[in-house]
Amino acid sequence: MIPFNGGVQLSKKSLVVKVKELKTDVAVMKDLQVSVGRVFEETWAESIGPTPFPSITDLRAWDFKLLERYKPFYLPFCDVCCLCTFGKCDLTKDKRGACGLNMAAQQARIVLLACSIGAATHIGHARHLLEHLIEKFGRNCPIDVGGINVEIEAPVTRLVTGIRPKTLGDLEEVLDYCETEVTHLLSACHTGQEGSNMDFESKVLHAGMIDQVGMEVADMVQISAYGFPKADPEAPLTEIGWGVADISKPVILVIGHNVPSSIGIIDYLRDKGLYNKVEVVGICCTAIDVTRYSPSMAKIVGPISWQLRYIRSGIPDLIVVDEQCIRADALPEAQKIKAPVIASSPKNCLGLEDRTKSPAKEIISDLVEGKVPGVLILDPDKVGEVAVETVIAVASKRKKFKSIPEIEEVIEAAKKCTQCNECRRACPNDLPIPDAMKAAAKGDLNPLAQILKDCVGCARCEGACPNDFPLHSFVVAASQNDLIKEKFKIRVGRGAIQDVEIRNVGGPIVMGEIPGVVALVGCANYPHGGREVAEMAEEFAKRRYIVTASGCAAMSIAMQKDEEGKTLYEKYPGSFDAGGIVNVGSCVSNPHIAGAAIKIASIFAKLPLRANYEEIADYVHTRVGAVGVAWGAMSQKAASIASGFWRLGVPVIVGPHGSKYRRMLLGRKDRKEDWYDYDARTGEKVYVGPAPEHLFYAAETKEEAMVMIAKLCIRPADTTKGRAIKLTHYIDLHKRLYGVFPDDIDLFVRTKADIPITMRDEVLKFLEEKKWKEGRIINNPTLVPRLIKKRKE
Amino acid sequence: MAEPWQTAEIPGPAKALVITKPAVVVAMIKRAKRPILVVGHKVIDTRLGGSEAIDLVIRLAKAAEIPVVATAHIVGEFIKRDFHPAAWMPAMDIGNRLKDPEWNGIDGEGQYDLALFMGMPYYMEWLILSALKHFAYKYLTTISLDRFYQPHATWSFPNTKTEEWTKNLENVISMLGEK
Repeated sequence: MIPFNGGVQLSKKSLVVKVKELKTDVAVMKDLQVSVGRVFEETWAESIGPTPFPSITDLRAWDFKLLERYKPFYLPFCDVCCLCTFGKCDLTKDKRGACGLNMAAQQARIVLLACSIGAATHIGHARHLLEHLIEKFGRNCPIDVGGINVEIEAPVTRLVTGIRPKTLGDLEEVLDYCETEVTHLLSACHTGQEGSNMDFESKVLHAGMIDQVGMEVADMVQISAYGFPKADPEAPLTEIGWGVADISKPVILVIGHNVPSSIGIIDYLRDKGLYNKVEVVGICCTAIDVTRYSPSMAKIVGPISWQLRYIRSGIPDLIVVDEQCIRADALPEAQKIKAPVIASSPKNCLGLEDRTKSPAKEIISDLVEGKVPGVLILDPDKVGEVAVETVIAVASKRKKFKSIPEIEEVIEAAKKCTQCNECRRACPNDLPIPDAMKAAAKGDLNPLAQILKDCVGCARCEGACPNDFPLHSFVVAASQNDLIKEKFKIRVGRGAIQDVEIRNVGGPIVMGEIPGVVALVGCANYPHGGREVAEMAEEFAKRRYIVTASGCAAMSIAMQKDEEGKTLYEKYPGSFDAGGIVNVGSCVSNPHIAGAAIKIASIFAKLPLRANYEEIADYVHTRVGAVGVAWGAMSQKAASIASGFWRLGVPVIVGPHGSKYRRMLLGRKDRKEDWYDYDARTGEKVYVGPAPEHLFYAAETKEEAMVMIAKLCIRPADTTKGRAIKLTHYIDLHKRLYGVFPDDIDLFVRTKADIPITMRDEVLKFLEEKKWKEGRIINNPTLVPRLIKKRKE
Repeated sequence: MAEPWQTAEIPGPAKALVITKPAVVVAMIKRAKRPILVVGHKVIDTRLGGSEAIDLVIRLAKAAEIPVVATAHIVGEFIKRDFHPAAWMPAMDIGNRLKDPEWNGIDGEGQYDLALFMGMPYYMEWLILSALKHFAYKYLTTISLDRFYQPHATWSFPNTKTEEWTKNLENVISMLGEK
């Protein structure tokens, strides 16, 4: 609050007028206080929309519209609830727990908990970055994510809060709001709070929306302050893969998501002229973001699942961890290879002593001499100095000491394997480790090497082995000769999508002529390795969809080469256009994808954007053929990212492990009554078909996912030409991957003009068999009655 | 007592009854008024004795005269073998429909009272069976025909070796009277 004119206080949040005494003709009032919610600066021509800074219930009606169509299908992980001391409570057969909650509400509560954790993580990340960057660059540091090419710099923030941020300081209020909302959401999970599964679900969607705001803030500030690529379709290529590091040099490995400490390392190397003396490689999103800062000085090893194998390889001489998705055993694993660890986030201190205030020389000495296995340093610049000076001193001592065994040791151990199957029973992907050990015992290491291709790197096999064999290390040992040669190219994260790109593709997307936007995002908990993600990316890029990517999925796309040795990022452009493969960046870059959909509504359709969530989401849901695919979704963050897309009406497909999120949001194409929208021009309720059919759904195989991607891009407002193009891809993929013609085309052909011309006879024959009747095309469908322009009498 | 195949997949107080002999499956199928067989993609990369699991599934479906729902992308594999499933749809979709007491079934004749499962990824089948255990228990019995114990089913084989599993399924087919 800023004191103003004695009795009046003004802030962006609220206006409070206090009057000590007011005398009028009719009354005398003492200690009068008038409070007017939030005050919006009116330097922005666009008027404020209906839902600025929405509370946890402001968009409930919109949520219920979605949830009525896409009803939750709960998949309880277990029969009980164990969240309070009443429990455990048996919730089978419609029983309620001691608190009165039933199984559906309990599952929804767990989903809300997961999404709140995810949102809190991104918002906490954003808060840390914002505070750090304000300290470094000042509150007035301008927000610039794309110069003149990006006028709508913060589509999600504008849409949700009604604020148009111009400087870093403007974002403090945005994060204040996010933090408040997450607190409310988490509080709703407490015993004796929310009792309805549908209200929990509405709050899940709120968590997702808030998460998108938090992520957008995080990426905006790092792009603006650090000078990451600014909406650049030709962002540079950099190296990715196991073999990227020059192991003749000291190697620093950075792991995590929050990049300031990694940037501290790059800055120190640059300032001291040491940039060619030390290798800086990274795992997970911090690797993506440090290459956005310096594509020449930093390299990416790989996704989250590569942590153990790479540490054990002995290649890293020093490890710096920040926050999120870092293995909790990073420190003991680093000790096995005698590599010091620097923890750099208050959220991940690893039990290490806080040496932030110690002189750098003392810390370096302690690490080099091995007096401590690691330190906590909560100052990114100091991390840079300590990491570089320590790694230079320690590398020659370590001599790349590794904890991966020699091949002979693997073979000898394999001979002692009792084939008890415990490793396989612990493996999330049920990999045939016992069979591979049997072959290894005979000297054939190929089956063990094959295991690595599908391995998610969890090492649960090791914990289960009664002989304490380091089975994950055995698998890596069997593959090491191939791994060392692996080097690929990835386009570094470009950040936002330019307004001009939106202008160019907005029409074709809404009309359906660009058949869809496919967002390949999320973690690396793949059922069959990352190659399936690359396959999906190429399939849809070839088909002239716009393929976007972020995080570990963006890395997996890079890790395949064609016969000419080219990766997908070398073969396909990085522009947001048909046939492009667009790496937007790290996890916190995901709002650029949501933002593109929002900007289509704002720039192409000219809908008011400011605090106008419901109308924009309704537009996106009915017109923008976008679908998210998180094939290896693992984390709570992935859950909240997905839920941010759901509230915008964008469907998300996850891989089979995603079924463990315990809840799908499924449409029922067999229930015609579920698929009526309003015609916004007349108010008439009209059948629009099951488009998109689902909002959240786990596919069993990549083939199923690919067919579903094509289908979920169909939207009620497609033009006939657009619908025909979308159906062409759906039918073609279905025939190729399923081996048969799809059995639901009658639900998507509205009139004969929708029929793909090259498939006309086949489709007509099918429609005849189904006794299909011609329907109507509605250009202006909506789920929201208040958007009806003229009500039908 | 049977244990889940994936060690940590502990279900809770309600666990599947263990199928100790194939006759149990046969009796359940014969007793059912509206049985259905849901088949996942793993039947096309699993070998049972001298043949693929999908071939055995087809023989079983024919012997029991049960409609088959093929999940994932495997419908074409059935058709290649000259067997037409009653429907194909994602695993989540058939799970969701079986959970709905109002669903009229693939043929419009009403909800099913017995659902047999085989060939999905273990954890995915585990979760779908859990959904049915919790939300469809009033009308639906579930049986896992897989090699591994599925604790959320009503009935499940225990974890068995491939040879024994093959023998069990062959016995089921034989008792049903192969057509």
